[in-house]
Amino acid sequence: MCRIGAIKSKKYLHPSKALYLMRSQQKGHDNSGFAMVMQDLGGMFEDYKNLPVLSMACTDEGVNLADNILSAEGFTRVMQWTPETNYSEDLIIETMPQYVFLVLQYPKTYKHATWEEKEDLLVSTRLKIRRALEKEEKGFVYSFWPDVLTLKEIGDPKDIGTYFGLWEPNDYFKAKIITAQCRQNTNYDIVRYAAHPFFLQGYTALANGENTFFEKNRLFQKSLYKGYVGFESDSQCFLYTLHYLNKILKWPLSYYKHTITPLPYEEIIRREDKDILLKIKESLAHLEINGPNTIIGVLPDGTVFTCCDSKKLRPVVIGGTDETVVITSEVNGINEILPERNWDEDIYPHERETVIINNDLKVEQCQQ
Amino acid sequence: MPTVKVNELSRDDLFWQIEYDTHRCTFCGKCVASCPFGAIEAKVEKRRKVTSEGPTPTPKVEFKTIPIIQQVVNTTNYCRGCGICEKVCPNEAIKPVRNPDDKFAMKIRGYTGNSYTRGGRSNLNSEDRSLDKIIVGRISQMTDPSLDAQRHTFDMLAPLGRILPPEQLPFKIKDNKIHLTEKTPPVRWIYPVIIGDMSIGALSCRMWEALSIATAYLNEQAGIPVRMCSGEGGMPLQLLKSKYLKYSILQIASGHFGWNRIIDAMPHMEEDPAGVLIKIGQGAKPGDGGLLQAKKVARHIQEIRGVPKADLLSPPNHQGLYSIEESVQKMFLSFNAAFKFRVPVAIKVSASATSVSVYNNLLRDPYNIVGGFFLDGVFGGTGAAHDVSLNHTGHPIVSKLRDCYMAAVHQGKQGQIPLWAGGGLGMTGNLAADAIKMICLGANGVFTGKLMLQLAGCVGNDNGKCNACNTGLCPVGICTQNPVLTRRLDVDKVAETVVNYFIALDKEAKKILAPIGNSSLPVGRSDALVTTDKAMADKLQIPYGC
Repeated sequence: MCRIGAIKSKKYLHPSKALYLMRSQQKGHDNSGFAMVMQDLGGMFEDYKNLPVLSMACTDEGVNLADNILSAEGFTRVMQWTPETNYSEDLIIETMPQYVFLVLQYPKTYKHATWEEKEDLLVSTRLKIRRALEKEEKGFVYSFWPDVLTLKEIGDPKDIGTYFGLWEPNDYFKAKIITAQCRQNTNYDIVRYAAHPFFLQGYTALANGENTFFEKNRLFQKSLYKGYVGFESDSQCFLYTLHYLNKILKWPLSYYKHTITPLPYEEIIRREDKDILLKIKESLAHLEINGPNTIIGVLPDGTVFTCCDSKKLRPVVIGGTDETVVITSEVNGINEILPERNWDEDIYPHERETVIINNDLKVEQCQQ
Repeated sequence: MPTVKVNELSRDDLFWQIEYDTHRCTFCGKCVASCPFGAIEAKVEKRRKVTSEGPTPTPKVEFKTIPIIQQVVNTTNYCRGCGICEKVCPNEAIKPVRNPDDKFAMKIRGYTGNSYTRGGRSNLNSEDRSLDKIIVGRISQMTDPSLDAQRHTFDMLAPLGRILPPEQLPFKIKDNKIHLTEKTPPVRWIYPVIIGDMSIGALSCRMWEALSIATAYLNEQAGIPVRMCSGEGGMPLQLLKSKYLKYSILQIASGHFGWNRIIDAMPHMEEDPAGVLIKIGQGAKPGDGGLLQAKKVARHIQEIRGVPKADLLSPPNHQGLYSIEESVQKMFLSFNAAFKFRVPVAIKVSASATSVSVYNNLLRDPYNIVGGFFLDGVFGGTGAAHDVSLNHTGHPIVSKLRDCYMAAVHQGKQGQIPLWAGGGLGMTGNLAADAIKMICLGANGVFTGKLMLQLAGCVGNDNGKCNACNTGLCPVGICTQNPVLTRRLDVDKVAETVVNYFIALDKEAKKILAPIGNSSLPVGRSDALVTTDKAMADKLQIPYGC
C-alpha cells in the first residue's frame, strides 16, 4: 500500500520536511521511488510566481526537443535551475541525464491573452512536449504551470534525497505546499508518469489503494478533456475527476465526494438536496470509485483536502500547528515533523467526510 | 400382406415416442385425461397367443383383446414430450422418450405446406453459451480487500430513464451549493433485473397474476425493487388503478393492444407506471410481429385488449414509423407527453447488426426523451413463432450489448441511455452470474422472462421438449387461457417461488460483488472478467486467461 503525505504551511518549507514525513512511514511502502509536487514556491522561484515552470526529466536530446517546441510556441527562457546532484555508486537510483526546471515567459502574442487562453496554451504545449518525448523515448514532462514544480524518480527515496541534495534544508528551494509519495507504481509497470502526485492545471492529487472502477473511470474520462491522458496509474482518475468537477463544471469541492462515492439511493432520497445528488449520481456514474482509497488533493487556490472511499478501507490522519498542517497515511509521519503539535486535535476522517484546509490553515470537516 | 405405407407419418418420425408398459398400467386413465395435446388415447389391442401343453406340440391359438394406451400419430396431436403423463402415472407405466432419429420438423412441412410453428426459444446451439466461457476473474486478494457479502451494504440499483450529461444538467451554483433550475427527464432507480415482458394473453391470467403478486411482494416486503413489464396487451383495469401500478412498466408494441383501456384508465391512476417500453422487436423472432392465436383470446383477454376473438397479429413494424428520428419524434414524444414527462419511455429492440446504429442515433437525440435501450438476444423466448425464425434469426446478446456500450464510450456518452440486456440470460438457472457479467460488460441491468416460467413449472427446454406455448394447451397452465389447464397452476406457490428466487439471486449477486470489492454495480468494469476463449476476449475487449 502506498503511503502519501501533504504539507501545507504559512511559511515556505524545504522539501526535506517531506522526506522526513515519508521516511518514518517507510515500512508501509516499498521504497521504490520518490515523487513530489511543490506549489506556492519560495526561494529562487518566489519572484516568478506568474510565470510557468516546466518540470522535466529527460536526455540531452529531450532538452532539445522541448526547446524546439517551446521556441516554436513563442516561449522565452527567464530562468533555469538544474539541481546539483551527488552521484555515488552506492545510491539506489535510476537517474535521468537531465533534470530541467525552467521558468518561461509567455509568448508575445499572449500579452493580452486571458488567463483561460494561457491555461489552454500551457496544457497544449506540455502535451506536445510529452508526445514528442514519448515518441523518441527521450524523457518525461511532469508539469508546466506557474508556481509549480514536480520531481519524480525511481529508486530508494533516501538515496533520491541524497542524490538531489534534498536532506539538507536551504533557503533557495522552498514551497508552502508539498505533496509527496515514496513508491513507484507496483500494480502496473514502473513508469515515472505512474508515480503520484499527479498534476494538471493547478490541481494535484495523490492516493493510495486500488481504484477498482479504473476501467470505467478511464473510458469516461478520456473523452472529457484533452489533458486526461496517460492513465499509467489507476490513481490518475482521482485527479481528472477533481479537475473535471471543479475546473470544467465549476462545481464546489464538496461535490467531489458526492461524485466519487455517491450515497446509496436509500440515503439520498431522505435528503433535502436529493434532486441534486440523484442527478450527480446518475450523470457521473462512471466517475464513481469503489475503493479502497484515500485521496489527498490540492486546488489551484492552495486549498488542500483529503477524503476516503465509502467503506473507509485506507487510513489517513490530519494534524497540525498554527503554522503547518500535515495530511498523511500514518500518524508517525506527523509525529516526526510536528512533534510539538497538540496530538489531541489530530483528525481521523471517516468514510463520509472531506477535510478541507484553507490558506489560513483553518480545518473544515465537511460531512457528505 | 398389406402394402407398407412409407409416405405416411409414422411413429418413427416423431420427436417423442411414448414408452408404455402394459404390465404396470392400471388403466386409471389419468395420463389420457391430463395430456392436453390428445397425444395418447385409450384403445384396445388384439393379441394372438399360441400355446401348447403336453409332451408333443398341440398348438392352440388364443385371441385376446386388451385395453392399452396408445400414441396418436398425426400432425396435430403429436407428443411434445412434456412428460405430464409420466408425472400423473401412479405406476411409472408411461413416459415420453426422445427419438434420436426423428424427422418430424421436416415431415410436417412436407405434409402441411406450412411453416413449422412452436413456442420457446432457439433450439440450435443453445448449450454453447458465451457467458459460460466468462468468469469473474479479478478477485481482490492482497491489493484491495474483498468485502463481506453478509456484513457490507450494497447499493444494487440501476437507472431507468434519460440521464443528462453533466454539462447539460440545469445546475446553478449559489452560496457554494448547486441548485436545480429546471425539470430534468424522469429517472427511476430500480433493481437491475426486470421481469418481462410477457403479456397477459401469452401467459395465463393466473401466471400473470402470480408474477404481479411476486413483484408487489418483492417491493413491499422483501426490499427488492423489481419492476415487471406488462408485455403488449394491456393490464387488468383494477391493477391500472391501484398503487401497485408503480411497479409496472407498460409496454406498447406494433399492435397497440390494450392501450384503449390504459388511456381510459389514465385519469383514474393513483400512481404513475414505472415506465413505458416501446417494443420494436423481440430477440426470439426479430423482424417478426407478435402473434396471439384465437384459441388463446379468451373472454378476459378480449376485455383487456378490447378485441373480438380472433388471431391477434402485431405487425412486424410500427406502422407509420419509417426512421429512428421519426420514431423518436412521434412515438417517444407522444408517450412522454401522455404522462406529462413524469414517466421514462424506453425502447426494446432485438439484437441485430443494426443495434449500434440505432443506439448511436438515440444517444444523439437532442430531445433527451429515450430513457432506456432494451436489447433482446437470440436466445430470448416467445409464446409463438416460426421455428425458422427461432432457430435461424437473431443475434447473440453478449457481443451486441458490448458493441452498444463501446459505441457509447466512443461517443463519450456511456450511461446516458441505460442499457438493459436480455434474451437467454439465466438459461442455466443462475441469473445472478449472468446479470453481473453483463453489467461488467456495460449493461445497467437485465431482463428475464423464460426463467420466470421455468420457476413456475414450465417443463419445456431448449432441446425440443414441450415448446408448445403456441398451442394454447400449455400442460402446466402457464401459457394457456384454457380454464381447466390454468387451474393446474398454484398462483400462490408460483409467486412464492419467484420471490424466493429473487432473494437468492440478490444474495448470489452480492457473493460476486463482494470478492471483487464492489459495493455498487460494476457497470462497464470489464477488467473484472476473464474469458478462456481468445476470440471472445478480442471481440469483447476483456482479459484472456487459460
